[in-house]
Amino acid sequence: MKARPLALEQPLPLAERPGEPLPGPSDWSFELIERYHRIIKATADRFGLDTYPNQLEIITAEQMMDAYASVGMPVNYRHWSYGKEFIATEKNYKRGHMGLAYEIVINSNPCISYLMEENTLAMQALVIAHAAYGHNSFFKGNYLFRMWTDAASIIDYLVYAKNYVAACEEKHGMETVEAFLDSCHALANHGVDRYRRPTRKSLAQELAERADREAYAQRQVNDLWRTLPRKAEKEAAASETRRFPEEPQENLLYFIEKNAPLLEPWQREIVRIVRKVAQYFYPQRQTQVMNEGWATFWHHKLLNTMYDDGFLTDGVMIEWLKSHTNVIYQPPVGHPAYSGINPYALGFAMYTDIQRICESPTDEDRAWFPDIAGKPWLPTLHEAMRNYKDESFIGQYLSPKLMRELRLFAIRDDEKDAEYEVAAIHDERGYRQVREMLSHQYDLGSREPNIQVWNVNLRGDRSLTLRHFQHKDRPLHDTAAEVLKHVARLWGFGVQLESVNGKGDVTKRFSVPAPAG
Amino acid sequence: MQQIIDRRLAGKNKSIGNRERFLRRYKEQVKEAVKRAIDGRGIRDIERGEDIRIPRKDISEPVFGHGQGGIREVVHPGNREYVQGDRIEKPKSGSGGQGGSGKGQASDQGEGEDDFVFALSKEEFMQVFFEDLALPHLVRTQLAEVPEWKSHRAGFSSDGTPNNLHVVRSMRGALGRRIALGAGKRRTLAELEDELADCRAALQPGDAVAEAHIKALLERIELLRGRVERIPYLDPIDLRYRSRVRVPVPTSKAVMFCLMDVSGSMDESRKELSKRFFILLYLFLTRHYEKIELVFIRHHTQAQEVDEQNFFHARETGGTVVSSALVLMEEIIRARYSPSEWNIYGAQASDGDNWHHDSGRCRELLSEKLLPLVRYFAYVQVAEEEQNLWEEYTQLQAAHKHFAMKKAVSADQIYPVFRDLFKKEGAKAA
Repeated sequence: MKARPLALEQPLPLAERPGEPLPGPSDWSFELIERYHRIIKATADRFGLDTYPNQLEIITAEQMMDAYASVGMPVNYRHWSYGKEFIATEKNYKRGHMGLAYEIVINSNPCISYLMEENTLAMQALVIAHAAYGHNSFFKGNYLFRMWTDAASIIDYLVYAKNYVAACEEKHGMETVEAFLDSCHALANHGVDRYRRPTRKSLAQELAERADREAYAQRQVNDLWRTLPRKAEKEAAASETRRFPEEPQENLLYFIEKNAPLLEPWQREIVRIVRKVAQYFYPQRQTQVMNEGWATFWHHKLLNTMYDDGFLTDGVMIEWLKSHTNVIYQPPVGHPAYSGINPYALGFAMYTDIQRICESPTDEDRAWFPDIAGKPWLPTLHEAMRNYKDESFIGQYLSPKLMRELRLFAIRDDEKDAEYEVAAIHDERGYRQVREMLSHQYDLGSREPNIQVWNVNLRGDRSLTLRHFQHKDRPLHDTAAEVLKHVARLWGFGVQLESVNGKGDVTKRFSVPAPAG
Repeated sequence: MQQIIDRRLAGKNKSIGNRERFLRRYKEQVKEAVKRAIDGRGIRDIERGEDIRIPRKDISEPVFGHGQGGIREVVHPGNREYVQGDRIEKPKSGSGGQGGSGKGQASDQGEGEDDFVFALSKEEFMQVFFEDLALPHLVRTQLAEVPEWKSHRAGFSSDGTPNNLHVVRSMRGALGRRIALGAGKRRTLAELEDELADCRAALQPGDAVAEAHIKALLERIELLRGRVERIPYLDPIDLRYRSRVRVPVPTSKAVMFCLMDVSGSMDESRKELSKRFFILLYLFLTRHYEKIELVFIRHHTQAQEVDEQNFFHARETGGTVVSSALVLMEEIIRARYSPSEWNIYGAQASDGDNWHHDSGRCRELLSEKLLPLVRYFAYVQVAEEEQNLWEEYTQLQAAHKHFAMKKAVSADQIYPVFRDLFKKEGAKAA
């Protein structure tokens, strides 16, 4: 492994102008894809994009639907919900309700990009630039991915998970395992560590440690639930008032894996698998705008550079530009096609805007972005990609000019009010507020309810109490009662959920009794 | 440089396992839908897929999420008229959640609260149907097996493989296209050439105007000739290919008589049971015969030939004389289906209730007139009680190998009546 290359100050110059552009027929061939790939790679190198090695794979539309159904991964354990996903995708695709994505890229090392067979040559070039260089360099560079995911071992881990779940189905029956997975999936979003970094393990370690873990975990749990106090624990009386857990815990699945009294070892392992997979996807959920924007910015930059260098024909150019234009289209609010802010459009616009601020700053930019205005754009852009997530990225880099261009405005919907209020718009008074609100909109903490393990009744009925801290007095959705049943199934005893508003008052209680049997 | 990996041939249908799990989980709904479909469809129409609807709430996977209420702040693009502090009326429905922060969970409910609809393939549909009937697996594979196919020509099509290219057709098309596209130009060309010849003939030496005119004519002629020549000799749209279609090749033709008692005691559920009995025989026949005709005879005290709709759904009352149907069946055979040309199958369903003097006559009719004519005759009594018809028929069983009878009060009891029929086939296939 060589050391991470420093970001280039300036793009490197072109080695040699080609005599004629690459051929641009609409049908691709392996040879042509390789020729294009070679040029795209050379161009990406000139901009100092640091990527995992690339593995390009050609797949059919059916295989693409398969990949869709198993959350984009090439292998995964079997579960009915993936079947549901597949059936829905297949139906929509066959009736022409939706097109399939042109590509899927997997955060692994080597980085696997799926190219669809149906794509034309120009589209394959676009996909390679977008996925194999855009997303790939993002996976390798962004701090969240570096911290939370281990690209080298994810495929191995999923293979292990698939085999383990299959073995459990064999041993304990398909229905039992399925019901258990349902419960784990219900909590998957609450099964991630937000602040602690997991250690990296290879598949062999993972297997070797499992046996130890199963035995050890069970011992721990037994200790916790010991009904006869040991002699050494004379201070048992003191623990009457002891709370458990001492601090509230936000990783519900982790807490259940370690502390649920009745789970069997295989069940703890399955909780762990669901938790690990959720953790792997956690960074992706937090960097949608940045990740898609980065990939879109780079396919645009790379292919345009290649055109300027004389590698692309006009036909290829027009074709990918058409697709690019569709991807970054942002319908205005009220438009029939409007469904929130398009992450491609926002991300692309922001990176492009950062380059503009570096290269030709206005007085406004100098006032708002004194650190980057007039600096070399390439290192600034890389810096922006590496060290942020959507929330902080928008908070840091959304410029007044872009807010004006997108005509962003914020609406405040207070339950107690009969009307919506326009809280801020793209003007001098509103820039900071719009930016702050948009940034919050991408904060997972405000998108998903904040639910924590609050207390376990150790001496009594062993019931578990969860606490929901309301974000701006927003209540829980009614499905919470359903989810709580799943929690009870995992915990094995009764479960309560208290919803607490900003003032610390409990406004709503959900409660399910211990599951029968 | 890394190689590009071609995965197209590997690992298709990776989701089959997941799809199966989904179907298994919703087995009850699927079964219910299949049952409804069978009751609603014609006998000939059984073998196709079916759309299954499942209420969306039954298949949702609950997660913790935000509900309506509290304070929501959402940033939207494309402001046209608002300034800070404007107030906008809330929509009446109260579900102002358009886009914005509720989006996280909205994605898979994109189609609103509609049912989750998906198509059961023909194979899966038949699988559920067979399961209901408790068919042994050997029989299932026999019934599900696709008949032999042969391909034969069916005209021409505009795409195909090169080895099916029809040269004469293609060239004929090309010729027509060339004539059509060039006719106007060639006509003008001829006119111009005539004019040129005239001008040349009338040309006086030194006449600059005439010479310029000739030059202009020559240029136009040149241009037109170029255009005519540029019409392609053969264009991809001219190509015609021999088209071939695949058709099944079962052996020959058969007629199936469906006889059913429609007297008052046959309620809907008994009729549904009978229908499954007829379907099963029909399915068996479709595997073996190219052409199958269905004859529906219903009877109470009198027999009547009717269409399928009336057969299953019309309501009648009154007493029962079974022999009337047998007599009518024999008449129809004599009139329309000569046993030397047709393989004749009979299927009779009844609740066993018959006018007591008639049952003996039924036995005689069957053994003397009908059984010599038919390949197979199956009788299903869709009620438990022993009645005189059952007793009389029992006497037939020993003497006639191609007569089968059975009591069935639920769908899974129907199959044994055909056991011999299928067993014979199974032995042949083995």
